[in-house]
Amino acid sequence: MSALLEAEDLHINFGGVQAAGGISLTVESGERLAIIGPNGAGKTTFINICTGYLKPQQGRVRFRDAEITARPPRAITRLGIARSFQIPQLFAEHTVLENLLLGAAVRDRAWRPWWRLSGLGQRAEMLELLALFELQTVAGQTIAGLPEGVRKLVDIALALALRPQLLLMDEPTSGVSSQEKFTVMDTLDRVLRERGVTAVFVEHDMEVVSRYAHRVAVWSGGRIQALGPPDTVLNDPAVRADVIGL
Amino acid sequence: MLRALPPVILALLLAVLPLLATWTTVVLTLALAKGLAVLGIVVLLRAGQVSFGHALYFAASGYAAAFLAGSLGGGEVLVLLLAGLATSLLLGLAIGWFVVGYRYIFFAMLNLAFSMVLYSLLEKFFHITGGSDGLRVPRPTLLGMTLERAEFELGLFYLTLGLAVLAAFLVHRYLASPPGQALAALKTNETRLEYLGVSARAVFLGGYLISALLAGLGGTLQALVQGLVTPEMGYWVASGELVFIAILGGAGHVIGAFAGALVYEFVQIYAAAFAADVWQLILGTVLLLIILFASRGLVGMYQDLWRRGEGKEAAP
Amino acid sequence: MTPQLLWLATLDGVAYAALVFLVAVGLTLIFGVLRVLNVAHGSFYAIGAYTAASLGIAISSGGLPGWLSYPALILAAVLIGTLLGSLIERQLLARIYGKEEVLQLLVTFAVFMILEDVQRLVWGVQPYFQDTPLRLLGTMEVAGVFYTRYQLLVLPATALVVLVGLRLFLRHTLQGRVILAVTQDREAAMAMGIDAHRVYLTTFVLGASFAALGGALASPTTALVPGIGSDMIVLSFAVVATAGLGQVEGAALAALLMGLGRSFAVYMYPEFEVLMPYLIMVVVLLIRPQGLFGVAETRRI
Repeated sequence: MSALLEAEDLHINFGGVQAAGGISLTVESGERLAIIGPNGAGKTTFINICTGYLKPQQGRVRFRDAEITARPPRAITRLGIARSFQIPQLFAEHTVLENLLLGAAVRDRAWRPWWRLSGLGQRAEMLELLALFELQTVAGQTIAGLPEGVRKLVDIALALALRPQLLLMDEPTSGVSSQEKFTVMDTLDRVLRERGVTAVFVEHDMEVVSRYAHRVAVWSGGRIQALGPPDTVLNDPAVRADVIGL
Repeated sequence: MLRALPPVILALLLAVLPLLATWTTVVLTLALAKGLAVLGIVVLLRAGQVSFGHALYFAASGYAAAFLAGSLGGGEVLVLLLAGLATSLLLGLAIGWFVVGYRYIFFAMLNLAFSMVLYSLLEKFFHITGGSDGLRVPRPTLLGMTLERAEFELGLFYLTLGLAVLAAFLVHRYLASPPGQALAALKTNETRLEYLGVSARAVFLGGYLISALLAGLGGTLQALVQGLVTPEMGYWVASGELVFIAILGGAGHVIGAFAGALVYEFVQIYAAAFAADVWQLILGTVLLLIILFASRGLVGMYQDLWRRGEGKEAAP
Repeated sequence: MTPQLLWLATLDGVAYAALVFLVAVGLTLIFGVLRVLNVAHGSFYAIGAYTAASLGIAISSGGLPGWLSYPALILAAVLIGTLLGSLIERQLLARIYGKEEVLQLLVTFAVFMILEDVQRLVWGVQPYFQDTPLRLLGTMEVAGVFYTRYQLLVLPATALVVLVGLRLFLRHTLQGRVILAVTQDREAAMAMGIDAHRVYLTTFVLGASFAALGGALASPTTALVPGIGSDMIVLSFAVVATAGLGQVEGAALAALLMGLGRSFAVYMYPEFEVLMPYLIMVVVLLIRPQGLFGVAETRRI
């Protein structure tokens, strides 16, 4: 297994708060890496740095041996990294399908000003993608009226629509009901495996973590406190005390 | 298909009107020219942005046509139109390059600032621009033909109508296309757009250039039909009027730009005829009423009527 | 450029800046609190000027002592600011606070258009000239240059009084601090129980009064014609944008900058007179879009 994403000694400080105090992490190709930790530990900041939304004050990020530190999100996306958000970031005045079609149009460079977005060839593919998450019924609905759980799924589907090699998900199952969590994660796991997509996901639900992650990284105060397979990490007393609160 | 009907009917009506009432020729041309500039505002409104300086392109292209026509002793309409378009394209690129990095009030203000820079240049450099008296635009040939005034005005009207129809069609296509939809996505989630791999700046610049071209086309046509360009064409009030008309017509719709412009011009003419100094008062009141009671503009009112006619309740 | 011309240009610039500041400070206050760019602000200026001139004419034709024209200036400002200001805020703006910003701005634009014609209807298109306040004070010599006492003393003094008074008011009185609170964080202020609508009305009337005061003070120095309002609004807007929206002290500095820039242009490169303020605005905004003293916007995800 080769290193897909390498973060090296990342430092970033926001007005006195050390959101990243020397983060070094390697994501192996094909793996499922979970990131856990208390709120404010810097988990989202890590994703923000890796995807170019934030520039680290120190340290580097490499994707498939190419330097991507401080490159803008649009460049990093085009290299093959996609991301979903803690609070779903979608185009509120467009329909679910239009959101995905826009992603597909960018991906395939289908960008002529005389073509119709709604008539693009990628339409069938996007509907299939929506069907995987049972979203095909809301395909024609505007984002603005949809419940948070649905928007969360659309957010993830949009990231997948870009056919990334690496998918970074920020709390993919928050806002999804506990019954649906495993259905969603099962589907996601299957899709990721079929497409050979590496995934990193921030998660608060330890059951989800132990079931779907190959490795777990524990974040605390801007640093990685522990890293390893779920059984080891989740049963570590220090981790349990600090993070899981037991 | 049925939705295309009202614009087609409108276009046909307009085509016939000057033949029935010759006095409407110039008014209609002016209205359509302004409508083109307003269409530019509508494009920007798609991105959720307003420019308070688009009269800059209106005036700059008008003056460019005036300079060229003056130096050629008239020239040819098509050549002058091209000159106007080229002027707006170049200016739009130069200014747009800076301006598309900004949003909302800063975007609006920067455009205003640039337009006032142009206005002050036009007004003060008397020896080049004719100052506040403006420049006359000698009558050019139309498609190679030298025409008398009435024929020229009629010919120019049909050319303007054709250009307006073409512009409406092309803008409609653009707005439904991937880059046009990306422009609309700017309004709701620029961050996500960047995370799809699109440069929001590039998308916005595309829309901006289109809006500048439209405003420039309108300004050139006005210069040609009036035979005169004045610095007022680029004054902040003129920019404000464009936004006014966009909202009056219905901010979201291509046809609204022209519907609004037609109503605006006709009210201005009639008000000026009845009571010379109250056209601003009347139009101002109309705008207030629209904003307070029918904020989706004329197109919105039309859609509500249509829906009520079909027995459905209008959306609040 | 001779020292006398230099001095003249400076005095001109300061006098002009004082007037522009009065209008701009009202505009920036209104924006800071109501978040509305009041396009009709120039109308307050113009109507304040016309009203002051009319009062002045009434005073002299009524045979009343000339010094009464000074309080008449203040009276005009307060009248217009209070009556017109509260009318517009209560009857129009109050109805549209929830709407999109563009629509709010267009409402003020519509009011501007209406008031432009109201000016023509009430005062006609012939120039009004009422310079009693200017004449009464005569001229004085400063460094070899003769200048009117009115422009030399009254204008800058008024601007300074307003600047200092406003600062004291905003920072040291309850009403003022409430206004500052609403400017900085409207939601938090309302959550603390502040009556936002009363604050809006007070601020709007205050801002309108300053603009009208600017107009009233300007009226003895120039012939009043239709259109002075529209020129003043875009200029004061340039000042506000350059200073930073909501910045009171910054507006004074920006007004001075614009005023001096313009007056030096008049004496050295007359073609650039009107251009200077907008050129300054473009340069400042390109470097610092939030204005010289404005606050930059923060990120969100």
